[in-house]
Amino acid sequence: MTPLDTLKLSFSTVASYRTRSLLIVLAMALGVAAVVVLTALGEGARRYVVGQFSSLGTNLIIVLPGRAETSGGFPGAALGQTPRDLTLDDALFISHLPQVRRLAPLNVGVAELASGGRLREVTVLGSTSELLPIRHMKLSQGSFLAQGSERSAQIVLGSVLAREFFPDGKAVGQRVRLGDSRFLVSGVLAVQGESMGFNSDEIAIIPIDYAQELFNTESLFRILVEARSRNAIEPAKAAIRHALTLRHDGEEDVTVITQDAVLDTFDRILRALTLGVAGIAAISLAVAGILVMNVMLVAVAQRTSEIGLLKAVGATSADIRRLFFAEALWLSLAGGAIGYALGHFGAWMIRLAYPLLPAFPPAWASVAGVATALITGVIASLLPASRAAKLDPVLALSGK
Amino acid sequence: MIRLAAITRVFRMGDQEVRALNNVSIDIASGEYVSIMGPSGSGKSTLLNVIGLLDRPDGGRYELDGNDVTDLSENERARVRREKIGFVFQSFHLVPRLTAAENIELPLMLEGVAPTERKSRVDAALDAFDLRDRARHRPSELSGGQRQRVAIARATILRPTALLADEPTGNLDHRIGAEVMALLEGLHHAGTTLIVVTHDRELGARAHRHIGMRDGEIVADET
Ligand SMILES: Nc1ncnc2c1ncn2[C@@H]1O[C@H](COP(=O)(O)OP(=O)(O)O)[C@@H](O)[C@H]1O
Ligand SMILES: [Mg+2]
Repeated sequence: MTPLDTLKLSFSTVASYRTRSLLIVLAMALGVAAVVVLTALGEGARRYVVGQFSSLGTNLIIVLPGRAETSGGFPGAALGQTPRDLTLDDALFISHLPQVRRLAPLNVGVAELASGGRLREVTVLGSTSELLPIRHMKLSQGSFLAQGSERSAQIVLGSVLAREFFPDGKAVGQRVRLGDSRFLVSGVLAVQGESMGFNSDEIAIIPIDYAQELFNTESLFRILVEARSRNAIEPAKAAIRHALTLRHDGEEDVTVITQDAVLDTFDRILRALTLGVAGIAAISLAVAGILVMNVMLVAVAQRTSEIGLLKAVGATSADIRRLFFAEALWLSLAGGAIGYALGHFGAWMIRLAYPLLPAFPPAWASVAGVATALITGVIASLLPASRAAKLDPVLALSGK
Repeated sequence: MIRLAAITRVFRMGDQEVRALNNVSIDIASGEYVSIMGPSGSGKSTLLNVIGLLDRPDGGRYELDGNDVTDLSENERARVRREKIGFVFQSFHLVPRLTAAENIELPLMLEGVAPTERKSRVDAALDAFDLRDRARHRPSELSGGQRQRVAIARATILRPTALLADEPTGNLDHRIGAEVMALLEGLHHAGTTLIVVTHDRELGARAHRHIGMRDGEIVADET
């Protein structure tokens, strides 16, 4: 019997046992769809988190004042000392470290922005020209704080603010009032949307000196440091900690964190999670496989006399085995294909419902889902097929 | 040429032993028309199954067309069945899902004949057995006589040298049974060896050689 005839004959058999075939195909399809949808969710969550972190900058090290330790707290606390401020001089000192590519000191506060009769409270970042490349920000108009311009009263507006205050789109070159001082708009940030719960479209950025004056503080909120490379992150971290400890009279009173460590952990956890749910979904496929096996065993029992007849007209055991094998192949192929479509449809629905979540099923999961369906189906057919092939033709014909 | 020498077939049911064939020896020449008669349980079907290579004897030798086929492998037996033997059963044994034409086509498919040639051979068979207008019908839509005609067409589509019929008229009324017998005899006239197991004395008498069986042994062999 040629492979093509085997496929055709088994297809017509599968098609004629409609209800039974539909049930098996449905079980298989649901298993495959589960793999696709669940991995799409897991992978979407992973991509979302990674995307959020990456938008903050790469090879980023964050220095903050005070020591964040679970045990003991600030070592000097017992002596009645408060943690030392993190100052602009500290930032300047760190910027000379060889492992550091660039850094941006940061102050954050809230102030009143006014222009042309409009007035609103805005979040104000005080920083330097390096903030733009470190935070991966982009401008839509004008220029950022110019290098060495810490002392000129410039302001960069987030895209929403610029539109609110200057609906005609001509923000650059206009004067605005922030707190009690006047600033010249030098540029407008490109639309960036929300990242990590912080909307950079509604902020204003001014030079660090003005920010410290505005908020009446000498202390920095953060120093954002970009290491020279991924490999330089750990050495840079150690060097920064060491340098600041020296400058702070031997007290280690700053916290140095890297987002890569956090990111890696998230990445790993979410990958493991995705694999886990894929595995669980695959188990449902194995259950479908057991269903296939049972249904096929029943089919062999029901079709005993037909198998005997096939042998009587000259079918070999291999012919019979291949016929049942091909039936399982058709069923799992249909199940896999429908499940694949169903899964991608489900993932699409999720993306519609949660536009922020990039719930795209990873290619490996789609392939693995369909392959698992095929393999399970074929494995499940091995026992029934060989049982059919081994039937004694005389007994089979007599229906025993 | 069918040559059975001291064929024995024993069935064991628990500790009971049934000698369905006991030391049976028989020669049937090509083109003969033989009827096998005897009481129920005398071993007629078993003898036919051994001749048709569906069953393996426990003892003795079987020579078919000059070749010893006693110890053939499962695959070789399937090939010999396909090429040399045609079976017709009392209960027709048509595949219920397949149409009359598809049932007839089965052996051609198993043999690996190309689809275009299959079609012309099935068409010819449909014509020969007066089934042209029943080609697309499923077995459940056919009368008993039509079903047996489909079964005979299927058994002969690969032009076997021997046609083995086990009570082919057992499920048919007398008139239809006679028609089916006439059809089988026509195939015999065309050169096929015809061996018919039957209960019907009248039908059995039409054969040119009459074999009587009892308790697994041949008790009569008359021409
Ligand atoms: N598969 C089997 N298992 C046990 N006994 C069997 C089997 N097939 C046939 N027999 C026994 O062998 C004897 C001959 O059976 P069979 O050839 O079918 O007789 P007939 O066709 O003449 O009625 C009977 O006693 C029957 O019960
Ligand atoms: Mg019988």
